[in-house]
This record gives sequence, C-alpha cells and structure tokens, in this order.
Amino acid sequence: MGSRASTLLREEEIEEIKKETGFSHSQITRLYSRFTSLDKGENGTLSREDFQRIPELAINPLGDRIINAFFPEGEDQVNFRGFMRTLAHFRPIEDNEKSKNAAVSEPLNSRTNKLLFAFQLYDLDRDDKISRDELLQVLRMMVGVNISDEQLGSIADRTIQEADTNGDNSISFNEFIKVLEKVDVEQKMSIRFLH
Amino acid sequence: MELFFNPFDNLVCILLGISLTVWFTLLLVFIIVPAIFGVSFGIRRLYMKTLLKLFEWATLRIERGAKENNHHLHKPYSNAIIAKEPTSLEEEIKEIRRSGSNKDLDSASEFEMSDIFYFARRGVASIMDDEVTKRFSAEELESWNLLTRSNNNFHYISLRLTVLWGLGLVFRYSFLLPLRVTLAFTGVGLLVFLTCVIGLLPNGRLKNFLSEKVHLMCYRICVRALTAIITYHDSENKPKKGGICVANHTSPIDVIILASDGCYAMVGQIHGGLMGVIQRSMVKACPHIWFERSEVKDRHLVAKRLSDHLEVKTKLPILIFPEGTCINNTSVMMFKKGSFEIGGTVYPVAIKYDPRFGDAFWNSSKFGMVSYLLRMMSSWAIVCSVWYLPPMSREEDEDAVQFANRVKAAIARQGGLVDLLWDGGLKRGKVKETFKEEQQKLYSKMLVGTQEDRSRS
Repeated sequence: MGSRASTLLREEEIEEIKKETGFSHSQITRLYSRFTSLDKGENGTLSREDFQRIPELAINPLGDRIINAFFPEGEDQVNFRGFMRTLAHFRPIEDNEKSKNAAVSEPLNSRTNKLLFAFQLYDLDRDDKISRDELLQVLRMMVGVNISDEQLGSIADRTIQEADTNGDNSISFNEFIKVLEKVDVEQKMSIRFLH
Repeated sequence: MELFFNPFDNLVCILLGISLTVWFTLLLVFIIVPAIFGVSFGIRRLYMKTLLKLFEWATLRIERGAKENNHHLHKPYSNAIIAKEPTSLEEEIKEIRRSGSNKDLDSASEFEMSDIFYFARRGVASIMDDEVTKRFSAEELESWNLLTRSNNNFHYISLRLTVLWGLGLVFRYSFLLPLRVTLAFTGVGLLVFLTCVIGLLPNGRLKNFLSEKVHLMCYRICVRALTAIITYHDSENKPKKGGICVANHTSPIDVIILASDGCYAMVGQIHGGLMGVIQRSMVKACPHIWFERSEVKDRHLVAKRLSDHLEVKTKLPILIFPEGTCINNTSVMMFKKGSFEIGGTVYPVAIKYDPRFGDAFWNSSKFGMVSYLLRMMSSWAIVCSVWYLPPMSREEDEDAVQFANRVKAAIARQGGLVDLLWDGGLKRGKVKETFKEEQQKLYSKMLVGTQEDRSRS
C-alpha cells in the first residue's frame, strides 16, 4: 500500500526544528514533503545530485555554490535537520524578533547570519577570508565567458581595494559586513511564505 | 469418503456454472452490448455521484477527528509554498544596489558584493519550491478519497471511516477488479481478432467502414474496463480527416479516451510483446503510423511519413502528443515543434482528469505498465473531461515554435492547467547549459554595460 509519507515526522522532531529554526508547524511539514519528494533514493538524506535535478537551480550560475552551502565540510549527504537549518537563513525577520534580547542565542535568520551565508558563497576554501583568487572564481561563475580575464581582474581589484581596511589584500567577514552595512539584507535575503 | 465428496463436488460445480453464466450475461447486457452501439445506461454517472457524497463525508470525519485529537492536518501544497517575485535579473540587482548605495545613482558601480544576494535567494527559493519537478509526480489531493495510496493523514481516522475504507477495499478488489480485467481481456481480444479478420478484406469503402466500427467498439469496451466516465465538450470541433489532433499527455489511457469517440491514425514506436501484437494487428485494418526504434531518431523520416499521410485527404486524422512524455495533469509542458512543422490543420484537444476518483498519471519511473494498469483498475473510476478546441493553422509570420506555443496556451487555458515553457524531457534528462549561459550573459551586460558608459564620460 505504501503511504507516501511513510517516515512521517514525529511531533517531538517538529518541535525541536521549530525551536531551532523558527519555522511554523505547517511550514515544517510542507518543507518535509518537499524534502521527501527531492529524496529520490528514499534514504532520508539528500545528495548533491538530488539538488542538481531541480532545473531552476541547475541554470543558476551560482547553483553549485548554493548546493555546497547545505553540505558541511567533507560530507556528501544532508538530512532533514541540516536542510532546515540552511533554509532557516532565508526566513524573514519578524518584527517581534527584532526586539528580542541578546540573551537568546542568535537566531539563524538574523542579519549577521544572512550575511554570513552570502560571505560563505564567496569563501571557497572556508578560511574566513575572501582572497582575490576566490573573488575572481566566483565572478567567473556569475559572468560565464562574456567578460575577459583582464576586465574581471580589474573589477576584482577594485572591489578588494574598496572593502579591504587592514591591508591584507583579502576581505574578512567584518570588512564584508562594513561594505554592506547600508544594504537592506533583511528583505533581500528573505523568502516569504504564503502560509 | 468418496461418497462424502461427490455430491459436494457436484454442488460446487453447479453453483460455479450458474454464477459464471449469470456473470457473463450481466456483463453482456449491461456493458458489452451498449458499448457496441455507443449507448449508456447511466450507471457510471450514478456511481460517480454516490462516490462524491462518500468522499465529502470522509473528509469531514477526518477534519473532525483531527480537531478532537488536536492534531495538525497535513494540508497538501497544491498551491505554491512561497511567494515568487516575477522581477527580472536586472531590476532586482539594481534594487539591491540602490538600497545599499551611498553614491548617487549616476555613477552606478559595475559590480557590488551584494549582487550575490539575487542569485542566492533565487537558488534557495527554487530549492524550496520549483515549477518543474513537482509535475512529474502524482498530484496531491485536498480531500481523501478512501484510497490509502493518496492519504497522508492515515493516522487520524475513526472506526466508522476505517470500516468504510475496508468495505471499499473489498468492493474494489473483489468485484471491480475482476470485472474490469475480464472486460479488458474481452476488449483487447476482440480488437486483435476482428482487425485481423478485416485485414483480409480488399482495400475499399467497406473495409474502412468496418474498421472504424470495430475500433470504436473495442475502445468503448476498454473504456468500460476502466470505468472511465468521460464528458466530451464542443464535439462540433472534432478532428476531421487530413488533420492533426494534438493533446496534452498524462497517461497511455489518453489514447483510449480519445479513440473511443472518434477514429484516429496513431503514431508511435513499435513495441515487443502484447503491445506489439496489438499494434501489428491494428495496422492491418487501418493505416496507423508505427516506427521501428531505429527510425524514431531520424527526424526527417518521421516528418516525411507524417506529411505523406496527411497528403491523402481521406486518411484519418493523426493523433500526436507533442509533450513527448507523461506529465501529471497539473500543467502543460513544452510542445516539441516536429508535429507543427509538417503543415495541415491542427485540432487541439485538452484532457483534464479529476484526481478524486483515481489518479491517472503514469509515473513511469515508479511503476511499470502492468502495475500501472492494475492501479488504474483498482481505483474507483477514471473521470475526465475532454474539450475539443477550434482548429488552428500556422500563420504567415509565425514559425513552428511560436505556433506550438500558441496551441499549447490554448490547451492550457481550456483545461485549467499551468502553461510552462520547460521541456517534459527534464523528467529524465538534464537541463541544457544554454539556459545558464543566458543568465550569465544577462548579468555580464549589467557589469560591462556600465563600464562602457564610464569610458564614454
């Protein structure tokens, strides 16, 4: 007979995920449906191939970098908890959360964590610095073959010049935050749910 | 000991004989004879109405049960989960830059680190919900239809509901299924036998007439074998000889549904096994277009055979499914342009199944043909609507792709389906690199374009 959600999410798990990510009950069950529909191997985890099967993601120039963000260092499978933890970065910041006291550990969708997600898209080797090389590689992914090496190089140089304040010719996370301090990160790095 | 068994044996034999005779007489009277003449007693519609009432009751009970136990109901996401922004790449990136820029807008910079936000958000949004992958699995239902295969709330059921479900199970598997299998065998058997017989006649009016009648009759028996309740709309637009009939594809049953209301020349690949036998005998009575596996790759050959067929104006309309693969009946995907290049009038047909009675979508990666047919025959019924749309022809200034998209839009609109540009081939294959390259080109224009302005000033 096989009901599709044969490994239904237990209520305790849903509560834990709710606490950790801030998603509502119905949002979690819907995303669980989504997770299981992507999980073609039906083993409770997603591999990189499962993500690459999404056409809209496959045509995204930074598709591979985004997929990489779901997998912790050295791992090839992500389970539902990890999936939700990464998606939580894109949860919109609600008004009542802005005034939460700092005693609560920083929620996954705070402005800083959203910026960290973007920073890690640039930081290819995860050494907490964006070097000139890394910036060039990511730029190359975004523009494809349409811009020459020299032009791209000068763009990278200019960007590092503007952002680098301590003269080490790379961009640290704090320098990154400083450059983007005026950008409306809360809105631009959030995905609105319909329910 | 022997005496004990003999009368018992006789009794069993007699009972068996009687019940089989009764069974077949009923079958003949209520199903096969009306199928031959194309008449209907209305039994199936009555059945459908009863089922609907039952489903409503079942849904109410589940909802009530869930409220009492304070459980959350799993609501299927038949609509989108997230709000999609329909803005273009350029607009969005400009907006991001504008919000962060402390320079004035005239000296727009070429690259900002915040540009990456656009790609990140788009990417993660497509991970949460995308338009394509959900088209290749069965549609989720809003209310339960007493089949475990379509139920995610199986835990929250009352005793009465379980009993009803059990009765339904018994009814479907011990009455409906054998009935339908018998009919299916009868229908297919008659088709093969009679078309072979007609094949012996010389080509001419009599042969065509008989072939039409035989095809219609056998398809009607097959329709009853699936308990398919079909409503045909706008029959005045039915495809005429010398034209091409084009429809959206959900399952192999589409063929049976269309062919039981009109005669078509089918197009397809020759299979082995039972399908092959049916195909070979059908072509004896009337000219269908079957291709060998090797010929399918040769697009020119295919196009030539199709246009040759169309040339002869007295030949039956060709039936083609331009999507090339089965989609789950919530959307229409890209139409392959091949069928729109050969000329002729195109008669679009929209087919929409009602998923409450049985999901007709053939998920070929999950089920083989036989298990699919068994699932079909053990559902409640197959209910669908067929709309015959007014004929369309290619206009002077449009090419095959534009024409295909125009026909697709008309079919999607009529059937209430989502009109997608994505290729149904994505079910199995990867998306082409060119789409990614388009995105890269668009973004590059933003960077390089401003540099040109800079050098000018």
